[in-house]
Amino acid sequence: MPVKKIRVLIAKPGLDGHDRGAKIIARALRDAGMEVVYTGLRQTPEMIASAAVQEDVDVIGLSILSGAHNTICPQLMKLLRDKGMTDVTVLVGGIIPEADIAPLKQSGIAEIFLPGTSTQDIVEFIHKRFALS
Amino acid sequence: MSMSEQYKGTTQAAPPLEASPSNRKPSPKEQAWEKNTLQPALEKGPERHSEFTTISGHPIRRLYTEADLPHWDPDRDLGLPGEPPYTRGIHPTMHRSRLWTMRQFAGFGTAEDTNQRFRYLLAQGQTGLSTAFDLPTLMGYDSDHALSEGEVGKCGVAISSLADMEVLFDKIPLANVTTSMTINSPAAVIWAMYLAVAEKQGADWKTISGTLQNDILKEYIAQKEYIYPPEPSMRLVIDTFEFGVKNTPKFNTISISGYHIREAGSTAIQELAFTLRDGLEYVEWGMRRGLDIDQFVPQLSFFFNAHNDFFEEIAKYRAARRIWHKAMVERYKSKNPRSWALRFHTQTAGCSLTAQQPYNNVVRTAIQALAAVLGGTQSLHTNSLDEAWALPTEFAATIALRTQQIIAHETGVTHTVDPLGGSYFVETLTNEVERGAWEYINRIDAMGGMVAAIERSYPQREIAEASYRYQMAVDKKEKIIVGVNDFASEEKTLDVLQIDETVAHRQAERLNKLRADRSQAEVTRRLNSLRNAAKGKDNLMPFIYEAVKSYATLGEICDALRDVFGTYEEVAIT
Repeated sequence: MPVKKIRVLIAKPGLDGHDRGAKIIARALRDAGMEVVYTGLRQTPEMIASAAVQEDVDVIGLSILSGAHNTICPQLMKLLRDKGMTDVTVLVGGIIPEADIAPLKQSGIAEIFLPGTSTQDIVEFIHKRFALS
Repeated sequence: MSMSEQYKGTTQAAPPLEASPSNRKPSPKEQAWEKNTLQPALEKGPERHSEFTTISGHPIRRLYTEADLPHWDPDRDLGLPGEPPYTRGIHPTMHRSRLWTMRQFAGFGTAEDTNQRFRYLLAQGQTGLSTAFDLPTLMGYDSDHALSEGEVGKCGVAISSLADMEVLFDKIPLANVTTSMTINSPAAVIWAMYLAVAEKQGADWKTISGTLQNDILKEYIAQKEYIYPPEPSMRLVIDTFEFGVKNTPKFNTISISGYHIREAGSTAIQELAFTLRDGLEYVEWGMRRGLDIDQFVPQLSFFFNAHNDFFEEIAKYRAARRIWHKAMVERYKSKNPRSWALRFHTQTAGCSLTAQQPYNNVVRTAIQALAAVLGGTQSLHTNSLDEAWALPTEFAATIALRTQQIIAHETGVTHTVDPLGGSYFVETLTNEVERGAWEYINRIDAMGGMVAAIERSYPQREIAEASYRYQMAVDKKEKIIVGVNDFASEEKTLDVLQIDETVAHRQAERLNKLRADRSQAEVTRRLNSLRNAAKGKDNLMPFIYEAVKSYATLGEICDALRDVFGTYEEVAIT
């Protein structure tokens, strides 16, 4: 029986258009055998949550460089809960000050990847999480 | 027939064909060296890599000699400074007469916060201002718009109306200080606000100077802060050119930018090629409007990145000047030398800054800045050590400015013009970078120009490919980043600048007050005439200026244009 592919939504929330990181991650995860949907730019938390439901994804990857993470992440987590998507793994990549990491994780973000993270580290994190569950 | 098709094939597309590795003919002396000196050394121990490449992946030879420049003619290809083809620089004395403008990009929080930073930087010996706007401003939203939530004052200063602009430049004499404004889609509106402040200060529009970024093409290509579709966006740009020729002859109405293209992951050659092809696109649209090339082109300026690969960057700046001169003279038959000389600002590469071991960024920035100076830049921004984390603290911003002052006053590199001119390596690399850029320019001409190329995602795809290739090379440690994929160490956290949510509240209060105090009838009237004008062909700058002066907000003005022009959404590619 073929193994079900891990489905990932890569999203770029907020007004920022710097999508270099989001595009690299989307491609790296695809090259690692995952099914990746990239939302494109300027997605509101509502748009991301709806896309996650519609695409029935296992993982959501948010790329945030603008400093808006403390507003966007809690809003998205609440919307996901409201939609019953409690088992989706939400990851954040980008510029996140140290002080914000613990509160973001408490709000339900599974992991935060800071600048300089290699694409292999992210692939391994996702593989491990789904091999164990 | 499009203009680009018309110009296809009329340009001498490349420098003389230089030696390729296959037809390179070393002199007898070099051959003897290879046999008697080099071979024994290589037999004793091989080189560190089988292949050496620039950060862009461009191959670099072990040694460059006259064999690499068999067709190189110093009179034709190098020339003298201040004369065509400007390889050595656009001024005869370069930095011996006037140092580059030290122009540190700054902006955060409210207009009051940034006004204070501006005045601090000027007091520290900075010679020009450069304004960073926050994301809502860049996208044409007021601070109290729903989509602005969480973003107000974070990546730059929040400017929602002329009232904010008046505070931003309070006690800064615009008659004497040149100001650069990094704003693109709403550039015409922000510029109108700036001109209104200048007028209130009593500064003469004919003599004030500064730079509007206003480069919408690179937004579609790289930075993605666009609002309207390409056609009406280009109309707005050409409107500012036309307005500038008539009213503000000393103002750079555009800064055609490679910086963001490079930050998005392009190679050096792509940065150069896409930027210059953008430049040609603006020239062609301006000529189509009926503007005189030799009136509006002298007001166009450029903006390049200074990345880590020292010599590749220097070659890029030298090649840029040569290509622009060639295009202006051969392609468009320009008669005014002021149109031929490419003037540029440089910023050190933000994407090269590491979050790890951030103090190393001071060193990276210094070396990048040195490349920009040796490449003949007219103005320079040096990044601060903490910018991989946040906007810079005053402490970090001061070191960044001091870095430029050390290069200017201590190193001696400013004492002679183009000190690297005539280097076999630098001249060869300049030729190769120029050739690579022309190949891209010709390809984009064949597509019908840059707007057409953007619509088929051509530059976007080329950059995404290059960016992915580089990331894979870093992940495999084929390219080393000190402190990131090698030489890592534990470190303590850096104190960074925090922007809190009170900025958004203060902005919202100010907007409420503004809307209560102004004449709403006047605002509505001005917005309606702008909307009507947008439906026709008139230059929109005067209409925008009147709307700004009625204290219509940035969001209201941009919305009026959204009503007529619609908005743009790109095809997302990965």
